[in-house]
Amino acid sequence: MIEIKDLHKSYKMGSNSLHVLKGINFSVEEGELVAIMGSSGSGKSTLLNILGMLDGADSGEYNLDNVPIKDLNETKAAQYRNKFLGFVFQSFNLINYKSAVENVALPLYYQKVNRKVRQEKALKYLEQVGLREWATHLPSELSGGQKQRVAIARAMAAEPKVLLADEPTGALDSKTSYEVMDLIQKINDAGNTILVVTHEEDIAHMCKRIVHLKDGVIVEDKKIEQVRAEQYV
Amino acid sequence: MWLFDRDLWVEIFHTLGKNMFRTFLTMLGVIFAMIILVLLLGSANGMSNGFDKVFAGTASNSLFVWGQSTSEPYKGFERGRRIRYKIEDAEILKKQIPEIEVLAPRIELGNHRGVVSVYRKGQTSGSAVYGDYPEIDNITKKKLVEGRFLNNTDIEESKKVCVIGEETYKLLFEKGEKAIGQDIRINGVFFSVVGIFKPNNNINIDGENAVFIPFTTFQKAFNSGDRMGWMAIAVEPNTKVAFVEKQIKDILKKKYDIHPDDERAIGSFDMSEIFNNISAFTGVLKGFSFFVGIFTLLAGVIAISNILLITVKERTKEIGVRRALGATPKVVKRQIVVEAIVLTAFAGLIGFAIAVGFLAIANSLWGSGDDFPFVKPMVSIPQFTISFMLMVTLSVLIGLIPANRAIRVRPIEALREE
Repeated sequence: MIEIKDLHKSYKMGSNSLHVLKGINFSVEEGELVAIMGSSGSGKSTLLNILGMLDGADSGEYNLDNVPIKDLNETKAAQYRNKFLGFVFQSFNLINYKSAVENVALPLYYQKVNRKVRQEKALKYLEQVGLREWATHLPSELSGGQKQRVAIARAMAAEPKVLLADEPTGALDSKTSYEVMDLIQKINDAGNTILVVTHEEDIAHMCKRIVHLKDGVIVEDKKIEQVRAEQYV
Repeated sequence: MWLFDRDLWVEIFHTLGKNMFRTFLTMLGVIFAMIILVLLLGSANGMSNGFDKVFAGTASNSLFVWGQSTSEPYKGFERGRRIRYKIEDAEILKKQIPEIEVLAPRIELGNHRGVVSVYRKGQTSGSAVYGDYPEIDNITKKKLVEGRFLNNTDIEESKKVCVIGEETYKLLFEKGEKAIGQDIRINGVFFSVVGIFKPNNNINIDGENAVFIPFTTFQKAFNSGDRMGWMAIAVEPNTKVAFVEKQIKDILKKKYDIHPDDERAIGSFDMSEIFNNISAFTGVLKGFSFFVGIFTLLAGVIAISNILLITVKERTKEIGVRRALGATPKVVKRQIVVEAIVLTAFAGLIGFAIAVGFLAIANSLWGSGDDFPFVKPMVSIPQFTISFMLMVTLSVLIGLIPANRAIRVRPIEALREE
């Protein structure tokens, strides 16, 4: 699904150049649930941004579902993001004046899906995250866990190839974190490919594979025995 | 067609409605600008209409010619010779100058601008007495209060009838007394009143205290023979009055042996000059109003652009999320530009409605044009359309500034966790 070869990325900080990714080689099969771990400054967010086409790499190859991702202009990148990727952010990033269902329907709007179909689909995904009865509520009326579930429903609504979650539990208490991870596991069980960036060990162990990043290189990449989140809920 | 995309509008009204107060403040600039523009244009139009009303009844393409005294000796004549026209001159001029549409000869009793005693039952009015042809009515329209003006039968039969001014009526008759059919006496000759006219309140060539009698009657009653005092001449609409004026003077100078360079011998007054001056004045006024209004409008639209810039800054994160979810730069840009257009157009319409209300009030208070030239102050549809189109165009151009700012926001920066 994802194939990365010798990826390099550096940022210019004044006259200095900060080499953040120093040759990443990495691939993800369909249906995997991968945790990307690393301390701050390890380059894990940069990697996720590149995977999410929010940022471009300096050199190296990136293929997503056999499509080479290279030299995208903003319009193309937006279309690819919409088609291939679902995003889940640490701070949820729901649009605060839109109801839950409108938030979920937003990616479909950009896919130019007809209004009625959009509404149906959005409700279906809200149902999947268990928030159907909260459909007309504004984000401000939802708890943190509920907000993140709406965000996950939104990410799933466009039926992406890969779900990218950037510290999805970072702003949540541990109980809610496990609820969210339970949901992510279930989505993965249904066959979806998911990448989770986290620095929490317990969250990482709820994935099926852990990739450790340190100083811009992968220091460890291992398959693990998945810990089901269900038992903590 | 994206214009009919319901979701676009839902998005736009959502964002605008979210900050009602700020949206309103933003629009205030354009509302005021539109009010100013429409009020200025409307007032200019009102003034222009007012002047039109003042001149209503006076043929704009007309001139008046009378005789004065020569100022140059010529062909053995000394200077200071009084020029007196003959009635045949009217026919000569009409025949030789085809551009003359109407030529009404007139003769005046006594000296020019002099007054003659008119009697009735012991009451006297010092009035101007004119011998006229009915055609004069085509050049300076008389507003008749009662009765009729002179007609061709009066001329043909040399009837002893007269049309008197309102002022004359007041001097000769009791208040409310019936004047039509009554006789008045001028230099011992009795004339029957057939009409009373009201002065054409603004342009007033004949005065209010005047008596008109048929030209032919005048000749017989006062023995004026073939003399003619002056001529009122209407020129064809497409001909310059000055051109005809020159021809008339040339013909008359030749006929009466006046030195070709003598400027004083023939008196004349070109009515179209006044009209041209006034229409130039109102034209400048309108142009100026438009100019001021449009720049005020520009300032208003810039204010909208400014607020949208702030909004874009505030919505950086939201825009970033939208971009991450697949909003293309085009979609983001379009939304901001349409917001600018909606704000401007809506504000413009509100301002327009308010200003039209003001103009309607002004119209009901002063719109009759009796006190000063101000009639039907209102903007015309083309004026409104042009200003509105201009405003919307400006809003598109200026909306592009915040829109471009919005798409310059890179989603990665917008989404960076603080």
